[in-house]
Amino acid sequence: MHAYTEKIREAARRLLAEKKVDGVIGFRRGTLPLMNEPVFVRHADQVDQLVWDGNCGVNLANYLTKRKDRVAVVAKGCDSRNIVVHIQENQIARDQLYILGIPCKGMLNRRAILKALDGREPLQVEETEADVTVSGDGFEQVFPRKDVLQDNCKICIHRNPVIYDELLGDPVEEQKDVDRYEDVRRIEAMTVEERWTYFEELIAPCIRCYACRNACPQCYCPTCFVDESRPQWVGKSLDPTDTRTFHFLRAYHMAGRCTDCGACERACPMDIKVRQFTKKLEKDVKELFGYEVGVMLEERPPLDTYRPDDPQDFIR
Amino acid sequence: MLKIFVTKDNLPNLVGRLMDGATVLGPVKEGEAHRFRPLKKAADLDLSYQNSRLSPKDLVHPHSDAMFAFSLKKDDPEAGILKELPRSADKRLVLGIRPCDAKAFRLVDVNFLTDTYRDPWWEARREATVLVGLGCSRPCRSCFCTAVGTGPFDETALDVLMTELEDGYLLKAVTEKGEALLRDAPQAEAATDERMQKAEGIAEEAARKISKPFVTEPIKDKPQTELFSAEFWEEVQFACINCGTCTYLCPTCWCFDIQDEVHGEEGVRLRLWDSCMFPLFTLHGSGHNPRNQKLQRVRQRFMHKFKYYVDKYGDGPACVGCGRCVQYCPVNIDIRRVVAMMSASCVCPT
Repeated sequence: MHAYTEKIREAARRLLAEKKVDGVIGFRRGTLPLMNEPVFVRHADQVDQLVWDGNCGVNLANYLTKRKDRVAVVAKGCDSRNIVVHIQENQIARDQLYILGIPCKGMLNRRAILKALDGREPLQVEETEADVTVSGDGFEQVFPRKDVLQDNCKICIHRNPVIYDELLGDPVEEQKDVDRYEDVRRIEAMTVEERWTYFEELIAPCIRCYACRNACPQCYCPTCFVDESRPQWVGKSLDPTDTRTFHFLRAYHMAGRCTDCGACERACPMDIKVRQFTKKLEKDVKELFGYEVGVMLEERPPLDTYRPDDPQDFIR
Repeated sequence: MLKIFVTKDNLPNLVGRLMDGATVLGPVKEGEAHRFRPLKKAADLDLSYQNSRLSPKDLVHPHSDAMFAFSLKKDDPEAGILKELPRSADKRLVLGIRPCDAKAFRLVDVNFLTDTYRDPWWEARREATVLVGLGCSRPCRSCFCTAVGTGPFDETALDVLMTELEDGYLLKAVTEKGEALLRDAPQAEAATDERMQKAEGIAEEAARKISKPFVTEPIKDKPQTELFSAEFWEEVQFACINCGTCTYLCPTCWCFDIQDEVHGEEGVRLRLWDSCMFPLFTLHGSGHNPRNQKLQRVRQRFMHKFKYYVDKYGDGPACVGCGRCVQYCPVNIDIRRVVAMMSASCVCPT
């Protein structure tokens, strides 16, 4: 895992020296345990800032939208799928990108680790293939890595980048027999009233900070519908109708576009399981159109193409 | 000023007594986080918390506050006339607030309560609120209150300061309001010299644990333009996604928006939290936006807290070092690191 750090630095140094790119988008060591910060490295003397470990969960495709320069970007499986969507949606051109692919075995869920520590503060974190050892004042706790991965990583079936110019490690084994939609089916099985209550409770803590929206690479509208003021579509208070409208509409904008990278959920300061909205849409798109988002660059997304045999059972 | 001691077993009785005289708000655990809520029963109070996820600023400056109502009925002679909604000024007591969060109210007072303007909504809630603070004996590593002019046992913005001892709480009145609260506390014991000494020891130990990641004095002396055009903003802004997490969790971010909402023929004028991170925050009616770039918005947040506020009010900085923005920024933009750069005006090697 940490071997990637050296490979990223080596590639960055080379690409900058050869002037193949104007900069490299990657991560630098965070100021808190279990956090890293996205960074844009432009000069060879900054290359040693670049690191790689289990705290690189932020989706770097978010930093590519409408760029004018030519950049290298470090990309996990999910980032690479979002890059594909970005190219399909003309947010950046393929030839502006030099993709440094990272086969990934999942990113750490900081919130889950903090929860398990129950108030004890992590000061040091050490990672191996199998374990994550967190220590602090007078304690050391070892977590099996698979138990403390982000929820979306636990069920990820595209750990290897789908598009890259250089792969920085051997491909990892993809997870087979993963039940991606166990939670969605549970919600589908609810009565209408139960489902309503479920979602009302899910978003009750929302403070409308829009961290979920802004962390999402796919949320790049020049003006978001919640920010439109002429006319104003959505109220700005914490009135449940407005909060609901924001979450529902944002989710629908993701239909056939969400890669389940988990950026929204990771960003939410109130621990809202935001993916509960988008996962249902992802499941529908897969079941109705047999389509997985961001896997094939050449294939147009199902919601911007028409085929005579498109499913239409829902029209009654 | 009066000092008393209450055992842990007797605390619920004291809380119960306080609840008889006022609405008592305190840290209540909701999911993984604590939030200040009106206590329904004394047992809801969880003083074992480190700090609340959201700062208690919403108790005085709520996220959404209806200020006026109006009618748009065609035949209503008063259609379109704003009518002030009654301002609730029920007596309230905030129990267990951290000294840093209480200090934040003081810092925001200078904005809402000036010689020229007194914001009636802020003022009514402020005056109706008594602050019983809980000293911070277990500060987080991301806390830096002592670097910004407050501290884990800073009592200056409190009415009562509580210190947790092994077997109970030492309560020290700081103001007349606080004294009145403690005077008839049930089952109060004497705050013996031994207990007072222990409390002092705890406070000193806590202050020692807190890091001082920067000094603010050099920022005061630097010209605004020099800091404004510093090169490091380019680097600081890169990771920012311009969400409202830092500003919404911050106890000293007071900026708001005013909006009218109309339902049918009735409308209200609302005051709503706003954030300098949002492009809409500075969008002019003309369509021009003076802070159209992310860099400008990111810079504004730090400059406002550590430079403009200080220059304007001769006080501050407008930060109490609670560390919420450090802990919850989704992309790890760390105010401690940024202010250290402002202070040194160089990009410090990492």
